[in-house]
Amino acid sequence: MELFLHQVIAGLATGAIYACMALAIVMIYQAIDTLNFAQGEMAMFSTFIAWQLMQWGLPYWGAFVVTLAISFAAGVAIERLAFHPLRDAPVLTHLVIFIALFAILNSAAGFIWDFTIKPFPTPFGTQPLLGSGLISAHDAGMIAISLVILSLLYVFFRYTRIGLCMRAAASNPVSARLVGIRVGWMVALGWGMAASLGAVAGMLIAPVVFLEPNMMLSILLYGFAGAVLGGLSSPGGAVLGGFTVGVIENLAGTFIPYVGRELKLPIALALIVAVLTIRPRGLFGSRLVTRV
Amino acid sequence: MKENVTPTPKLDVATDVLPNAWRRAAIVAALIAALALPFVLKSFAVFQLTMAMIYAMAILGLNLLTGFNGQFSLGHSAFFAVGAYTAAIMIESFGIDYYWTLPAAGLICFAFGFLFGLPALRLEGVYLALATFALGIAMPQILKSTPLEPWTGGVQGIQVTKPDAPFDLPLTSDQWLYYVSLAIGLILAVGAANLVNSRSGRAMIAIRDNPIAARAMGVNISLYKTLTFGLSAFYTGVAGALSAVVVSFVAPDSFTFVLSIGLFVGLVVGGVGSIWGALFGGLFVLFVPNFADQISKGLAGAVYGVILLLLIYVMPSGAAGLIRLIARQVAINRR
Repeated sequence: MELFLHQVIAGLATGAIYACMALAIVMIYQAIDTLNFAQGEMAMFSTFIAWQLMQWGLPYWGAFVVTLAISFAAGVAIERLAFHPLRDAPVLTHLVIFIALFAILNSAAGFIWDFTIKPFPTPFGTQPLLGSGLISAHDAGMIAISLVILSLLYVFFRYTRIGLCMRAAASNPVSARLVGIRVGWMVALGWGMAASLGAVAGMLIAPVVFLEPNMMLSILLYGFAGAVLGGLSSPGGAVLGGFTVGVIENLAGTFIPYVGRELKLPIALALIVAVLTIRPRGLFGSRLVTRV
Repeated sequence: MKENVTPTPKLDVATDVLPNAWRRAAIVAALIAALALPFVLKSFAVFQLTMAMIYAMAILGLNLLTGFNGQFSLGHSAFFAVGAYTAAIMIESFGIDYYWTLPAAGLICFAFGFLFGLPALRLEGVYLALATFALGIAMPQILKSTPLEPWTGGVQGIQVTKPDAPFDLPLTSDQWLYYVSLAIGLILAVGAANLVNSRSGRAMIAIRDNPIAARAMGVNISLYKTLTFGLSAFYTGVAGALSAVVVSFVAPDSFTFVLSIGLFVGLVVGGVGSIWGALFGGLFVLFVPNFADQISKGLAGAVYGVILLLLIYVMPSGAAGLIRLIARQVAINRR
């Protein structure tokens, strides 16, 4: 029982990261109808920027905030420069753009900061929280920060004018344009926010998986699994899906002998395929009706 | 959700603009050049061209699925791997000749693709891309797993003996395999061109363009979609089996999702919905990463990405689309 509880809580901690990634994926999906396969590499690059800032002597939280700002600007810039000119191209072309972005970011990070594995500091410390032995301080911090940021986003989208504009631009671009919302810039804003969200996920998970250019690949996949599980049209569902995937991953790794440890990644993927087959819109997604 | 994922391509490159005699002359010239190349080039270049043709076959398979039937796949490395391992296991464990392994690998992949096509029926667009991506990522791990190790050799992979040219032909093994690949590639390409222009091919294209209209016309959508998935896997599996023979080595890490993405990029760069564009795609998959590597060792991936972005800006409909455009322009100017 002790072990079970321990694994569930550890799963929730990594699940918080998957939830952030899943939400970032859903935000871009809502805006442009495509999955951003370069999301993980954008997050990885942001994490390297944070690391560099700390090497230059900034305190952790200073670097944290500056990185969020830089990531936001970079996300907007990527949308404007790489994506916007081809926004009306077929989906296949969009996928190729993401693949190109993936290759560029991955290789540039390796070139600037090389491929050696680097430790990343945690502001919470690694000792157990309150001496309970159930959860480490860093895991608790990961959950707490993710929850704070997710609730801030909820408030932003629910109660601010610009959040409302962004939702309008995503749900009906043409009508939104007609009432004077600048849809193009709303999409760019969504990219910026998704990039910052990814940066949070990257900086929080880096102390656990260590910093290197390929660190986000499997995390991105778990993020996809979470987003699909919850439903790509439902931000709340995606967050819940992220937490669920974290817990399932941890429990499978502990309790299914042999298969769980060696085939951890395929399990997440089998989950994606299973959910998609049984319920293509995800657990909380709304059904898509196309007019012909 | 955008239903129509591809610009409606013409079935054949420039049928409507180039006179028939010109086309025939171009095809004959290309064939003669292809036959002469192994005697002109160095052995390694011959090997590279063979690999480019093999990738082109796999891209052709992907093209049947994506370009003509509108189903995405980012997991074709899995079918490539199954084909390669089928050939390697048949040759090394059972001592069967390599030419028998090609149809066998194709048929096994057909069955595998057909079965994967069943759940894929429920998925569309990016969702299907995601599910197939999952397949591509899972495959190397499955090949490495312990229960399969006696067959697959685990992480070590399998060494395959390279066949010599038969009948005492004065050819090196690389040259011989070049001709084998050329012949098989031609058969597959002609087969695909005929299929696409046939009744079944029109049904495939109708499903891509408008599934509801296709169903109203009496096309069995589920059957055609799963069969196309199987056929696509067949093509890719044959390519995989050939690659096992040509490279004379298979290992799980040669078939990661990077290969899937390479094939996908080759498809888009060569031209979605163009049979002959696949050849350009194959050349791109093989040579552009090498070229990027020569420009800058450290930044190879970035150079590759930038080349890719530029190509997509300059020719959104791929190389085949660009050639079609130029041919049309020439025809208009001559009038």
